[in-house]
Amino acid sequence: MAKKVVIDENNYYDSVTLMSISKDIKGMEGITEAVVVMATPHNKELLENVGLLTDEADNASPKDMVIAVEADSDDLAEEALAGVEEALEAKASGGGDDEYRPRTLDSALDAMPGANLAVISVPGDYAKKEAEKALNKGLHVMLFSDNVPVEEEIELKELAAEKGLLLMGPDCGTAVINNKPLAFSNVVSEGNIGLVAASGTGAQEVSTIIDKSGLGVSQVIGTGGRDLSTEVGGMEMLKGLKALAADDSTEVIVLVSKPPADEVVKKILAEVDKIEKPVVVNFLGGNEDLFEGSKAIYSSNLEEAALRAVALSEGNDYEAKDFTIPEEVAKIVEEETAKYSDDQKYLRGLYTGGTLCDESMLILADELDALYSNIPLKPEWALEDNAKSQENTALDLGEDEFTKGRPHPMIEPYTRVERVEVEAEDEEMAILLADVVLGYGSHEDPAGELAESIKDAKAKAEERGGHLTTIVSVCGTDNDPQDLAEQTAKLEEVGAIVMPSNAQAARLAAKIVQEIN
Amino acid sequence: MEEKILELFGKKLKVINIGLESFAESLKEEGVDVIQMDWEPPAGGDAELASLLDSLMD
Repeated sequence: MAKKVVIDENNYYDSVTLMSISKDIKGMEGITEAVVVMATPHNKELLENVGLLTDEADNASPKDMVIAVEADSDDLAEEALAGVEEALEAKASGGGDDEYRPRTLDSALDAMPGANLAVISVPGDYAKKEAEKALNKGLHVMLFSDNVPVEEEIELKELAAEKGLLLMGPDCGTAVINNKPLAFSNVVSEGNIGLVAASGTGAQEVSTIIDKSGLGVSQVIGTGGRDLSTEVGGMEMLKGLKALAADDSTEVIVLVSKPPADEVVKKILAEVDKIEKPVVVNFLGGNEDLFEGSKAIYSSNLEEAALRAVALSEGNDYEAKDFTIPEEVAKIVEEETAKYSDDQKYLRGLYTGGTLCDESMLILADELDALYSNIPLKPEWALEDNAKSQENTALDLGEDEFTKGRPHPMIEPYTRVERVEVEAEDEEMAILLADVVLGYGSHEDPAGELAESIKDAKAKAEERGGHLTTIVSVCGTDNDPQDLAEQTAKLEEVGAIVMPSNAQAARLAAKIVQEIN
Repeated sequence: MEEKILELFGKKLKVINIGLESFAESLKEEGVDVIQMDWEPPAGGDAELASLLDSLMD
């Protein structure tokens, strides 16, 4: 076994670029570990965990790059190092082209007169400074960076409010401004439904269901996940709500969040009551009683919020339906349950989108005695070990315990691929439930990667004389770079049942589990 | 209060991207005017020095 650690001083690359290089090198023959990172304290910890933190690396600064590899032989390690150099050179000459890259915000503004939005995704320690500079120059800000302390978030939001500018974030992954998708967003048709969302995948699910229904969105304003906390008090959601109320292109408004504190709910609903336009609200898993006497239109899940907005936009009454294809569902349940072995009785949900996992769990929990998870709905449903599922289990694979030192599973699906392999060995699993999230930012072929592992898992179940039902929903549109129709076809080819929404996928899974028992 | 936001909604989006380059590449694919800044941690990642530099530059 050979280890090589090289420091490349004063050579900064962003984390997404370096992660993708690490992954390519790790995939080379004879390479057991490859870590290419900037020498931040967090990354040093990561290097230590894999036994590749040398004294030199430990003394390096966050402006220095560390290239660390472990290989079967010295030659292979050298080859890997050369591979990293090559990838970096290709990045510098190919991706960088000859475009001018200003080093200060002033020169950026000189180069682009009339710039109106800054998208900021620098490491959290530097995020406030950059956001402040942008706001002071009169730019609206989308702040993707996370690990920004809540006190800094409040300061930034106060500054933005003073200047009348948007401050979407921190930790804001999804926004669609003037029909242009930013960061992790889908290519959604233009329409008259405006969203303000504190949850990225929540906004993606609602906006894509609207698109699948033949309508579109005016704006999707992200707030960052902590906006509706007691400390921040919903500053950005209130601002977004008022802006959409005054926007002529918006006729219906949808608010999406995990349940805020009661006093924040009251504050938001009080603002809703001042607005003439209909406002549909989904505080996923929130308390419906707080809506009593409010003009806000309560929705229990993301799909309902989207479909209520669609009905309002079209001037129709909303009609609650468990399934848009009820006859097919009855047939699927009958066919699938006939094929299981006696041992098969549990479902396993493997999610890349946190809010989609939440939505499913809320639907499933109504029908199941217990639903174990790494983000459990009840404390007693916490998994003893997140690496091992118990009975019926749903996992948010985007949580810290699964993403330490790895890209988010929406960007690189291998965390889920590995977990499907583990679950496939469990003879008690009957149903595999999963989400596929398309759009910019996401992996280029998430359905293709999932389809491969579904194929193997199904084969394993059949070898044991059973059958594995796989139920998937694809959050995306036909105009997304991955193409909804193509992605759906890849899943159906391997026998996955593709449902029109995450909520319907969960309901179908619940129905089958009930039928088994 | 909402004037500046409504002004943004009514105008062509012009983005300054500070950080992950892939975000700028996606925006280009969607035909958005975007300029990528050459960002790196200030002053070798030394927070104290960086804050001093920032106050000098303000």
